[in-house]
Amino acid sequence: MASELHSAIVSPKGVWWSPVGTQEKRWITIAFIWCLILFAMMPFWHMKGGQNPTGIRSKVDPIEFVKRTDRFIQDYKVGEENGFPVVAPPPGSDIYLLARMWNWSPVLKLKKNAEYTLHLSSADVNHGFGLFPINVNVQVLPGYDYALRVTPNETGDLRVVCNEFCGINHHLMIGKIVVED
Amino acid sequence: MSDTLQSFAARFRKCPITGLSVDRSAELLIKVNAVVAVVTFLIGVLAALGLVLTRWQAIHLLDASMYYRFLTAHGLNMLIFFIIFFEMAVLYFAGPVVLNSRLPAPKMGWLAFLLMLAGAVLVNWMVFAGKADVLFTSYPPLKADPNYYLGIILFAVGALIVCGLFYASLAVAKKEKTYEGSMPLVTFGALTATIIAIISLLHGAIIYIPTWLWSMNLMPMDAQIYRLIWWGLGHSSQQINVAAMVSVWYLLAGLTVGGVVLNEKVSRTAFVLYVLFISMASAHHLLVDPGMGPAWKVWNTSYAMYLAVLASMIHGFTVPAGIEMGQRLRGFTHGTFEWLRKAPWGDPGFSGMVLSVIIFGFWGGITGVTIGTEQINLMAHNTMRIPGHFHVTVVGGTALAFMAVTYYVLPLIFQRRVAFWGMAKLQPYVFGIGITVMSMAMSFMGSFGVPRRHWDISGAQAPFHVEFHPAVDLLQAVFGIGGLAAAVGALMFIASAVVSVFFGKRVTEECIAKGLPGIPQGVLKLPSQTYKGSMVERTHKTGTPGTVVLVFIFLACFVLYYFVNWKLLSVLWKIG
Repeated sequence: MASELHSAIVSPKGVWWSPVGTQEKRWITIAFIWCLILFAMMPFWHMKGGQNPTGIRSKVDPIEFVKRTDRFIQDYKVGEENGFPVVAPPPGSDIYLLARMWNWSPVLKLKKNAEYTLHLSSADVNHGFGLFPINVNVQVLPGYDYALRVTPNETGDLRVVCNEFCGINHHLMIGKIVVED
Repeated sequence: MSDTLQSFAARFRKCPITGLSVDRSAELLIKVNAVVAVVTFLIGVLAALGLVLTRWQAIHLLDASMYYRFLTAHGLNMLIFFIIFFEMAVLYFAGPVVLNSRLPAPKMGWLAFLLMLAGAVLVNWMVFAGKADVLFTSYPPLKADPNYYLGIILFAVGALIVCGLFYASLAVAKKEKTYEGSMPLVTFGALTATIIAIISLLHGAIIYIPTWLWSMNLMPMDAQIYRLIWWGLGHSSQQINVAAMVSVWYLLAGLTVGGVVLNEKVSRTAFVLYVLFISMASAHHLLVDPGMGPAWKVWNTSYAMYLAVLASMIHGFTVPAGIEMGQRLRGFTHGTFEWLRKAPWGDPGFSGMVLSVIIFGFWGGITGVTIGTEQINLMAHNTMRIPGHFHVTVVGGTALAFMAVTYYVLPLIFQRRVAFWGMAKLQPYVFGIGITVMSMAMSFMGSFGVPRRHWDISGAQAPFHVEFHPAVDLLQAVFGIGGLAAAVGALMFIASAVVSVFFGKRVTEECIAKGLPGIPQGVLKLPSQTYKGSMVERTHKTGTPGTVVLVFIFLACFVLYYFVNWKLLSVLWKIG
C-alpha cells in the first residue's frame, strides 16, 4: 500500500481497509498474547493461589449482624482493652468484626496457621477493612455479610484501619487484631 | 435565495492557517465551554493545594471537615466539570470545525451549556456550604442535600444534549457533503468518546435520579447496587477521557509534526474495542465487594479478555509510530532515533502530547492493569495506590493532553497569541514531571498500606496506636514536593490560557509570516498533512524501528511490575 499517507485530520478517500504492516501486525499479536496471559492469571490463582477475595457472600439485616456480633463476643470474650471487648475464638470458628461509625469491634485474638471464617459487615455506612501492616483490603457494606476464610501465617500485633470515607471521625476508626502462636 | 447564501457566508470564517471554514456559533461554544473548563480547573487546583499540604503530615494544613470538603470539591471539579466541559469544546471542534460544516441548532448548544453551568454551580455551592461532605463517590447511606444530586443530574442532561448535537452535526456534514470520503480519524475517535459518554451518562441518570429521591426520603437505596451502577458512571466517564485523549494525541501528532495514520483500519478498530469493552471496567472498583462473585469479577475487570487494554496497546504503538513516520517523511531518517531527538521539544503542543503518551502508557497503564487484577486488588483497594494510579492516567495523561491542545486552540480558535510564551514552553515539563513524582510517591505509600481519603494517618486519639513504616514520612515529602510542582505547572497553564484569551495579541497573517513568539511551530508552518510519491514508498519500507524499541521497553516494564505484584501477594495471609 502506501502510495499516500495522511494525518488524522484528513478524510481518508476510497477504500482504507488495507493490509496491516509487518511491524504493527507483530506488535498486535504479541500484545494480544500478553492480554490472554493477564486474563489467564486470575482463574489460575483461583485454582492454585492462596489469596482470593471469593468468600461466602450473603445479605444480612444490619441489626441482625449486630446481634450476631454481640453473641460472638459473649461466647468467647476473654478481656477488655481501651473499652473494647477482647475475643479469643477457637480455631476453625466463625468470627465477626463489626464496622460502625467510628470503630471496629471486637478486638480479635487469633492463632497462627489456624483457619477462621471472618464475617465483615457494617451497622451504618460504607467502611473499608484495611489490615495493617499486612495490607489486605476489603470493602465493608451495610446489608451484606462478606465472610472470608482467613489463615494468619505470622504472629503479630495488627491494626484494622478504615480505608473508606465514613464521616468526620473516619481517621479515628482503628481496630486491633492479635495473632499468637 | 441570495439572502440565505449571504447569511450562510456570514456564519463562517475562513481559517487562514488550516483553510477550514469555521462556523462562528460552534466557535463561540468552543470558547465558552473552554473558559468554564479552565475556571473549574482552577477551583480544582486550589483545592488540590489544600489536600497536598494536609496529607503531607508534617504540614497538615486543613482541619478534618475542610479536608473532606476540599476532597469532594477537588474530585468533582477535576473529574467531572473540568474534563467534561473541555470535552464539550472538543466535540464542537471535532464535529463542525474539522468537518468544515455548520453546527445545527446552536440554540440547543446554549441550552446545554446553561444546564451544565447551572449544575456545576449548584454542586459547588452545596459542597462549599458544607451540605455535601460525601466525597466524589457519595456512597449511600452517607447523604448529601438533595440539591447536590439535582446539580449533577442537570449537568449530565446538558452533556447528553451536546452529544446529540455532535451526532446531528455529523449527519448534516454528511448530507451537505462538506467532506469527501470517510470522516477523519480524529472525528471518529471523538465519535467513540460520545458513545462511551452516553453509556456513562445514562448510568449516571439511572443512579442519580433514584438517589435524589432517596435523599428526600422517597425511596430506599441499596449500598451495593448504588456502587455497581454508580461506577458505570464513575469509571466509564474516565473512559470518555481515554477516547478523547487518544483523539487529541492523533490530532496533535498531525498538527505539530505531520504525524500520519499508519493504518486507518487498525486505529479505528482499536477505537471500536473501547466502545465494546471499556464500560465493563466499572468492576475495577468492586473487586473486593461482597455483592459479586469471582466469575463476574474476573470477566468484567478484564474487559472480556483485556480487549480494551489491547486497544490502548495498539494506540500506544500507532501514535508514536505515526509521529516517527511523519518525522521520517520530513527528512529525519538517520539512525533509530533522529526523528525523536530532532522533534520540536520547545513546542508545548508537542512536548505535552508526548509526555501525556508516556505518563499515561508507562505509569498509568501498567499500574492500572495490575491493581485492577482481581486478587492483586486485595493489596491495593482503597490504599494510596488507587489515586497514585489515576493521577497519572487522568491528570498526567488526559489533563496534560488537553493542556497541550490548548496551545493550538488559542491561536487557531481564539486567534490569540499564547501569552507568556517562554513559560508556556516549560509548562508541560513542570506539570508532567510534578504529577509523575507525586503519583509515584502515592503508589509506594499505598504499598505500605497508607489509606486514601484519610485526613490523619497518625492515629492520634484513636483507640489503638498505628505506626507506619518510616519510609512513609520520606514518601510524604516527595509526594508534597511533586504535588506542589504539579500545582505550579497547573497555575502556569491557567495564567497563560486566561491572559491569552482575554488580553492576548491577535494572530494575524503578518505575525505568522514574521514568526513572532506565542505561536506554536505547527501554526507558523503547518506540516504537510498528506504525503505522496516515491518518498512514501521508501520510508514505508524502513517502517518505524524507533517505536519498536520503545514498545518493547514498555512491555518489559509491564511484565516485571505485574509479576512482582503476584509475588508480593503470594506471601500474605491465606484468604479465600
